[in-house]
Amino acid sequence: MTTITFIHADNRSQTVEAEDGASIMLAALTHGVDGIVAECGGNAVCATCHVYVEEAWTTKLDPVTDDEDALLDGTAAERLPNSRLSCQIKVQPALAGLVVRIPDRQS
Amino acid sequence: MNPTGLSPHAGVAPAIPHLAIDPFSYGFFDDPYPAHQEMREAGPVVYLDAWNVYGVARYAEVYAVFNDPLTFCSSRGVGLSDFAKEKPWRPPSLILEADPPAHTRTRAVLSKVLSPAVMKRLRDGFMAAAEAKVDELVARGSFDAIPDLAEGYPLSVFPDALGLKAEGRDHLIPYASLVFNAFGPPNELRQQAIERSAPHQAYVMEQCQRDNLAPGGFGACIHAFSDSGEITPAEAPLLVRSLLSAGLDTTVYGIGAAVYCLARFPDQWERLRADPSLARNAFEEAVRFESPVQTFFRTTTRDVELGGVTIPEGEKILMFLGAANRDPRRWEQPDSYDITRKVSGHVGFGSGIHMCVGQLVARLEGEAVLTALARKVGSITMSGEPKRRYNNTLRGLESLPVTFTPA
Repeated sequence: MTTITFIHADNRSQTVEAEDGASIMLAALTHGVDGIVAECGGNAVCATCHVYVEEAWTTKLDPVTDDEDALLDGTAAERLPNSRLSCQIKVQPALAGLVVRIPDRQS
Repeated sequence: MNPTGLSPHAGVAPAIPHLAIDPFSYGFFDDPYPAHQEMREAGPVVYLDAWNVYGVARYAEVYAVFNDPLTFCSSRGVGLSDFAKEKPWRPPSLILEADPPAHTRTRAVLSKVLSPAVMKRLRDGFMAAAEAKVDELVARGSFDAIPDLAEGYPLSVFPDALGLKAEGRDHLIPYASLVFNAFGPPNELRQQAIERSAPHQAYVMEQCQRDNLAPGGFGACIHAFSDSGEITPAEAPLLVRSLLSAGLDTTVYGIGAAVYCLARFPDQWERLRADPSLARNAFEEAVRFESPVQTFFRTTTRDVELGGVTIPEGEKILMFLGAANRDPRRWEQPDSYDITRKVSGHVGFGSGIHMCVGQLVARLEGEAVLTALARKVGSITMSGEPKRRYNNTLRGLESLPVTFTPA
């Protein structure tokens, strides 16, 4: 289990103990974190699990693939340099304490 | 085929239950739910003697088959017909009926043509067209929601988005209906559809050619990828054909399902009216609840263990998407239509590498129609008996007489 914190658009924060090996997206759905819609269920089709990764963590994640990059161009909320799709970030002990912000809309 | 139900490897293997259910019969289409339950309860894997195929109806096994495309392949056909043994009725699809690595390249092209960024550009036009359609229907009051809305709306946006000529569009729905009937077994529905297919096939192959596709549309975008070398000029028309096969009728059934749900469940209709921002999820939940695409086949590429039993190489497995989407092992109150349900993970659009590449177009259309309904319609009442439309793969209605009152 790895501790991940989600901060909602209204600044509410939710910290969950996420299962290693699953995605951040799945951790959000499993722990009832609203605002991560994940319409495609984690198949990298839809861009509705968009998050902003806190600056300190961006370089610690695997880089954005071409597929994810193309999908991020279609996010409903503004794409920022720290935008990621949470289905593409795998929970692992090295990410203990990761903080991600949830945008105000996903579609 | 090996209908013995006994594993060739193990001394004591659980037997695979043999069932007499024919999932391609009219009786099944009229009410599939008792049979879905029977299959789910019989075991994780069943054997259907009617067509000598394995079946999976629980969520976990449907998900597992979808997400192991090298073991459960698509290149031998995603219908009952095994392309390794039988000539396909049409040249196989380069995306639906393909495996990696061939599939990876063609999938990448269609993913770009139908990406979230493209949907953003289409959004305002699709929303405006839905408002216009619903205004027209509110003015009429009573009408048939299948031809007039479920077909009428997608026909008003999708062929234009694709870049099709105005002439001949009446072939589109019959062609798609043919394609989805042809995934089924050689029953009356499939045989009749194929016997009548020639004019529809001729139309579709002609429209897939570059010269017949308007600039800026999905079709022209696909052909443009042959200029940059991602696909060959010979492949482009067949990829356009995929959109003609799978892009229209599926959304007709999806929108039909959503309207049918809202007409049957007035409490959910009231929730949608009170909060039109639920429109997109209400559509998604209708796709789970009705599962317009009911089934797809895969073929095993090796002996494989699934759900504790061994399935030999070269066998067809039928996945019941509609049954998985109502599996109580996965869903709370699966038989309730709940527009606030967290519906992520349903397999109504499939799952894995073959998950519907046009799902964003479907959602945009569904959201547009349901948003317009929520804003402009006061009540939806059924004004006659709904009539079912029979298809080997698609579940939906032929006719849904309704009356709209203004909001």
